[in-house]
Amino acid sequence: MSILSKFAPLRQTYDQLRSVGQNPFEMVFEGMLSSTEGMYRGRKTILLGTNNYLGLTFDEACIEESVAAVRAHGTGTTGSRIANGSYGTHRTLEKSLAKFFNREHCMVFSTGYQANLGMLSTLAGKGDYLLLDSDSHASIYDGARLGHAEVVRFRHNDPDDLHKRLKRLANEPGQKLVVVEGIYSMLGDVAPLREFAEVKREMGAWLMVDEAHSLGVLGDNGRGLAEEAGVEADCDFIVGTFSKSLGSVGGFCVSNVEDFDILRVACRPYMFTASLPPSVMASTIMALRRMQEEPQRRKRLHENAERLYYGLRNLGFAVGPQCSPIVSVAVADAPLAVEFWNRLLEGGLYLNLALPPATPTPAPLLRSSISAVHTPAQIDRAVQLFEAVGRQLGVLPPLVNTTARKRVSTPISAPPLAEVAMLASGGIR
Amino acid sequence: MTETVRDTQAQIIESLRKLLKKPATLGPTTNIVKDLQLDSLAVMDFIMSLEDQFEIVIPLDRVAEVETLGDLALVVDELRGRK
Repeated sequence: MSILSKFAPLRQTYDQLRSVGQNPFEMVFEGMLSSTEGMYRGRKTILLGTNNYLGLTFDEACIEESVAAVRAHGTGTTGSRIANGSYGTHRTLEKSLAKFFNREHCMVFSTGYQANLGMLSTLAGKGDYLLLDSDSHASIYDGARLGHAEVVRFRHNDPDDLHKRLKRLANEPGQKLVVVEGIYSMLGDVAPLREFAEVKREMGAWLMVDEAHSLGVLGDNGRGLAEEAGVEADCDFIVGTFSKSLGSVGGFCVSNVEDFDILRVACRPYMFTASLPPSVMASTIMALRRMQEEPQRRKRLHENAERLYYGLRNLGFAVGPQCSPIVSVAVADAPLAVEFWNRLLEGGLYLNLALPPATPTPAPLLRSSISAVHTPAQIDRAVQLFEAVGRQLGVLPPLVNTTARKRVSTPISAPPLAEVAMLASGGIR
Repeated sequence: MTETVRDTQAQIIESLRKLLKKPATLGPTTNIVKDLQLDSLAVMDFIMSLEDQFEIVIPLDRVAEVETLGDLALVVDELRGRK
């Protein structure tokens, strides 16, 4: 018996998944052509699942800063900030973020995942309570598990349910920290933050907002949902990531809470890991600037999101409850989702396959994330491809047009795969 | 098993019966994950509904120690007693 025997059921599911076609969780791209196109198995593939919301990964200025930093400061810091010390760039990055968010304090982490791991496990200690939205990201659940606080879930995006649960804890002495996300990563739905802030105020809790998918996406200045909802003063802690809108890697937390800096010597996922390399920080600082200098990126992002969301919705696909740069289509079951995903890929479109229990409901999702730099033509191609595969697989009803109605004796067959591939390469249009 | 635990268990079983689509034999030794084939998400959502039913708070670490319906009844009963 192997130490890995416990994973036998997972192995079985995983092997089944791989047997259908490409492995959705081990995609290897031969190269990236731009923020929206990559080479996969020798062909150009549209990238529609990379959370590259502002398309800054190939921004000239960001690349130049990164190159200059690697030449000036080397390839890595080779250790943690408490042991090896900080570089000036760590401080500059923290100051830039604090200024952008109009906050006193900022700490950066090596990944967004670690920002949540660190903040949740350290802020809420023994005897305290963490109140988590039931659809929270894995990093939030893992941060809760790493710490010693009592963890309570409330119903997704339901301020009344949070209120009820906080009320049950009213006589408990510990601190209560409520954690919500700006935009939820699976369905793209937005938290009713104004209402959550009201509950937080009334019940005397602390509030943390994870703006991973909403930084650069929501708010007049791109500060996220807290800005858009006009409740920044109620959000005690904002966490986020550099790996989406800012096009690099890393995480952060900004706050006005007094004595915040004590966390630098208390927060283990901050203390005991190698700090961000200078090249990553340099491009991030520039990306933050580009994001502020070019608000038109955000405008284009939303236009693109609408084009995809309504394009798919009007065809009859089951999309999420509201339009955002995350557009997910729910399909009936896992085998269908895997087949659908493979056919889209064969047609030259890459997006994310999300299977339960990573999804909020038992329905698997074909998850897209749109970018400001997707062209309308790329989005239209994606919608056409979705339609073609949707009809082939019976997710959408077969097309009944006037010609088909006249020729009743001819059965309406789904378009063959070759046609789908042609649609993807723009051959038909 | 005390009278209150028995009562709590009966109420939990009744709620679970409503939730499960297929009829199942439910008792104190029923393993919630293995016998009922509920995934982790479904179990957590069921816990949330029990919190409402009994007007209690069941922290997630208390759920970690639960395997059977009998275990669950003991935890819920203890938390009810604390109110």
